[in-house]
Amino acid sequence: MKSVDCHERVSEICKSFVDTPGGLLPALWAIQNAYGYLAPEWTQTIADDFNLSAAEVYGVISFYKALKTCQPAKHQIAICRAEACQSMGGRNLEKTAVKCLSIEFDSSDRQFDLESVYCLGLCAAAPAMMVDGRLYGRVTEQQLLSTLERLQQE
Amino acid sequence: MTTSIYISQDSISLALGADETVQAIATAAVKVGEPIRIIRTGSRGMAWLEPYVEVLTPNGRIGYGPVTETMVDELIDTGLLKGNTEHPLCQGLTEQIPYFKSQQRLTFARVGVIDPLSIEHYESEGGLQGLDRALCLSAQQIIDEIKASGLRGRGGAAFPTGIKWQTVLDASVSGSDKNKYIVCNADEGDSGTFADRMLMEGDPFSLIEGMVIAGLGVGATHGYIYLRSEYPHTAEVLTRAIELAYQQQLLGEAIRASAHAFHLHLRIGAGAYICGEETSMLDSLEGKRGMVRVKPPLPAINGLFGEPTVVNNVITLATVPMILQQGAEHYQQFGQGESRGTLAIQLSGNVAQAGLVELAFGITIDELVRTYGKGSATGRPLRAIQIGGPLGAYLPSSLWQTSLDYESMASVGAMLGHGGLVCFDDTVDMAEQAEFSMRFCAAESCGKCTPCRIGSVRGAETIAKIRRNESRKDNLVLLEDLCETMVAGSLCAMGSLTPSPVRSAVQHFRQDFGDVNDDQMSGADIDA
Repeated sequence: MKSVDCHERVSEICKSFVDTPGGLLPALWAIQNAYGYLAPEWTQTIADDFNLSAAEVYGVISFYKALKTCQPAKHQIAICRAEACQSMGGRNLEKTAVKCLSIEFDSSDRQFDLESVYCLGLCAAAPAMMVDGRLYGRVTEQQLLSTLERLQQE
Repeated sequence: MTTSIYISQDSISLALGADETVQAIATAAVKVGEPIRIIRTGSRGMAWLEPYVEVLTPNGRIGYGPVTETMVDELIDTGLLKGNTEHPLCQGLTEQIPYFKSQQRLTFARVGVIDPLSIEHYESEGGLQGLDRALCLSAQQIIDEIKASGLRGRGGAAFPTGIKWQTVLDASVSGSDKNKYIVCNADEGDSGTFADRMLMEGDPFSLIEGMVIAGLGVGATHGYIYLRSEYPHTAEVLTRAIELAYQQQLLGEAIRASAHAFHLHLRIGAGAYICGEETSMLDSLEGKRGMVRVKPPLPAINGLFGEPTVVNNVITLATVPMILQQGAEHYQQFGQGESRGTLAIQLSGNVAQAGLVELAFGITIDELVRTYGKGSATGRPLRAIQIGGPLGAYLPSSLWQTSLDYESMASVGAMLGHGGLVCFDDTVDMAEQAEFSMRFCAAESCGKCTPCRIGSVRGAETIAKIRRNESRKDNLVLLEDLCETMVAGSLCAMGSLTPSPVRSAVQHFRQDFGDVNDDQMSGADIDA
């Protein structure tokens, strides 16, 4: 899609939220849900629609780690790094993922985004992870490895 | 005759393969020619039995678990569809399982029992009776009932709910839209807590009903649920529940055909732990960065969009309908001292039987972990239990006789928080946990105040030095000094409570931080 078309569509989405009280965050979500991320060049467009400065919009986008400013990789791997998962061997899962994917947490290559998440609410089935939106509980290293290998072969 | 089968679609059940189990049972039932009806419910809260399958029999629901898809054929062959109890995975009648039977389920009474998205089921189990009663009362009478129940906020701060509502009722609106607001804090970010999620997925109408009653109590016609983005499945359930509630006049311009209006909006957070702090959440709801506000003014006076706002946790609001339905008297007879009613305890981490245990305040940590948890999952001795989320203290076994109520926890320098307990076995390195607490604070601080923003970074570095035996003795002094500054100088609980897990680790598990006599470099880089 051409960049100018994107700007128009982004603007359309924004316009549907300008009358919603506190509508900026829902608008950003709607844009991200449509495109997978929030391209930096759309910041000014969004700012114009909401009658804000580009700095204010950038400030909001950069505050929230779930809002992405670059195109997501093919697969999203989120491993819980919080206490309940730590108590059940979560740190070993973290190491296994880093080693297997050869990328650090909160970085990505084209195929994988490896994300830190602090609690998925599956503490009673620790350790837990979310792969492309699907939840997994009581994750073993073997299960993690076979999941990653399956995705690598896709 | 069609057999009714109940299988949870709570996130935890899905994470353990409940959808695959449902598929396998449906296929197997066709194969053996038995007509079945599968009803998806919330979770009973016995996580080690998930995916948990219940079969309705004349005596009640008989449970099997954990039923993974590979076990289905064998279970069907041994008579699962008839409720045959001989298979080792059969748990007998759910209501008779000791873990479940001994609980006092008030807030969670319907969770795991009903189809969460059926208003019919909801009403048949006592739903909407509280709202119907509230519609016959004045705002002041509703608040008096909540005050009399002794209900305190379940989000962690334990502020008396009725007093908060009274402040909002008495406050005057200032803006042009003349609104007050009900905000539900569903940003359940604390590790080791999942009660809000389970409630919202298993009985969403109780939260909606509670928010409508809160609206009637303080004179608000708009409500917001601020849900964390890490709960996508919960968002789906709530979205559908809100749609149904509008269709059935539980929300809208004429609640239950009365003259009262209430509109409910679902907002999704974006991965910021700090937005669980109420003022930061209000900024986020206004579409801004989730920065903590200075209090006063209290949100009850000057909250969302500058208007008087009730901010309550999910469990607090979802308990309200039950209090209105059964009366304050009934609710406040549970619990002890100033801690009235029940607590939804979330038992997790390294424990054999993790799950949700709703009990009146007062059970000791030791009894809970022994009777319900059945010891560690790994079979090793338990060593530390963190209570109240990532900002809660780590307690050693010598303090496990403490009872789980607000006052007793405070007396040992801990807090109950949202009621989550995370258990660790004896392989835990408490210095590593303390360092993590500081790193977590550094990652999640909103950055507004220096002790939290910079103190957490320095704290993590200092603990790392202690672990490496760099000027260990002096750095331990420095760490304590830093903790004191964070407690005294931070605006909100993020900065002021992060020292709690750190200090408790140093105090109760001193040996994990190394021997100070082994320290070769004391004083070397501190005096400069």
